[in-house]
Amino acid sequence: MQLLCALTDIPDGGSKGVLPGPRGRDQGLLVRRGDTVFGYVNNCPHYDRAPLGWKKDEFLNGTKDRIMCAAHGALFQIEDGVCVIGPCLGQALTPLLITVEDGQVFGERA
Amino acid sequence: MRIIGPDELVFGVDNIDACATFLADYGLIDAGEGRFEALDKTAVTVRDVNDASLPAPLKTSSLLRLTIWGVEDQATLDEIEAELSKDRDVAKAEDGTLRTKDDAGFEIAFRITKRIKLDLPAELINSPGATPGRAPNVIGSNQDAEARPRTLSHIVYFVPDIDVMASFYTDRLGFVVTDKFTNTGPFLRPQANDDHHVLFMIQTPPFMQGIEHLAFHMQGPTELMLAGSRMVEKGYASFWGPGRHKFGSNWFWYFNSPLGTHVEYDADMDKHDGEWVEREVPMSKEAAQLFLFENVEKWAPTGGPPPGKG
Repeated sequence: MQLLCALTDIPDGGSKGVLPGPRGRDQGLLVRRGDTVFGYVNNCPHYDRAPLGWKKDEFLNGTKDRIMCAAHGALFQIEDGVCVIGPCLGQALTPLLITVEDGQVFGERA
Repeated sequence: MRIIGPDELVFGVDNIDACATFLADYGLIDAGEGRFEALDKTAVTVRDVNDASLPAPLKTSSLLRLTIWGVEDQATLDEIEAELSKDRDVAKAEDGTLRTKDDAGFEIAFRITKRIKLDLPAELINSPGATPGRAPNVIGSNQDAEARPRTLSHIVYFVPDIDVMASFYTDRLGFVVTDKFTNTGPFLRPQANDDHHVLFMIQTPPFMQGIEHLAFHMQGPTELMLAGSRMVEKGYASFWGPGRHKFGSNWFWYFNSPLGTHVEYDADMDKHDGEWVEREVPMSKEAAQLFLFENVEKWAPTGGPPPGKG
């Protein structure tokens, strides 16, 4: 597993992009709920090349209770990545395997 | 019918501050009350998702609530009212704006355009064999150019039936099909606009219905790339581009947005008249673009210091 960031690097209730690729685009995203961190591959299941957020570290809707794809507004449950509305309805984000140890967040592609 | 093109697109969002920041960073001018204008005052407007003055939302993820079409004159509004009143309710506001739904169920409105006529220079280029575009000593590169969107160019919808949708705009509102991607959708222009398209649509399942993207025209390819590179520097997510399309020939650069739609810069689109014969090809990545690039961080080769002085 790879060190992604410190737990406190992610605002509680907020999101953060991690695993920057060679061109600087984050390949993964994390969402923090207290001491729990959910992680997904930063790509919408609608297309094979569709980053989710609209800005660095911005992956949530306004009420911060769903991950939002800023391409067509698809919304995903934070806990399991399942799309509840949008072009990829019924599909799900690809999860990252995440562990949090001593305030550090580690992860890898499942 | 003298319809010009989209005048204003109205969204209902739950993240109005993020949308406002995005639209201002994109280059639109904050005109107050959620309205963000291009240089000619065509606009994108963002309101709270629960704003009672907005038409009802679609039952999909699309946050677009209203497409307002600009027309040249009252005679066109009267024609539209007479035509569409044949088979649907057409509401008329105090200012004369007409509101109804199209055959796909999108909320649409028509009004005498609020756009102002622009009188601005094109991007000027020098090309061997041609009269120079710029006089001697006039510089082409300007890092500080404002690079603002000039006018709302086009809107693209995901629709469940492209034939039903296209027929509404051609048969009822006088739009013309300029080109078509087989089994994907047609490009349309209205009678008072010679741009290759102000409207494009893509066939999708019903649960995907909504706005796919909106685009504003830029001065030219240089300002398009300048504006897009500034968006990347600010941390915004590039989706596709820069590149140049085949149909329409417009340069493009698409970004994700907090409005839940792609927002495109475009430049140098083809113009057509009644002599044009529509082309049709299957949609493919090859048909979609002449070439495609991706922004990278600025870098430059250097000669390095003389030997022994490094």
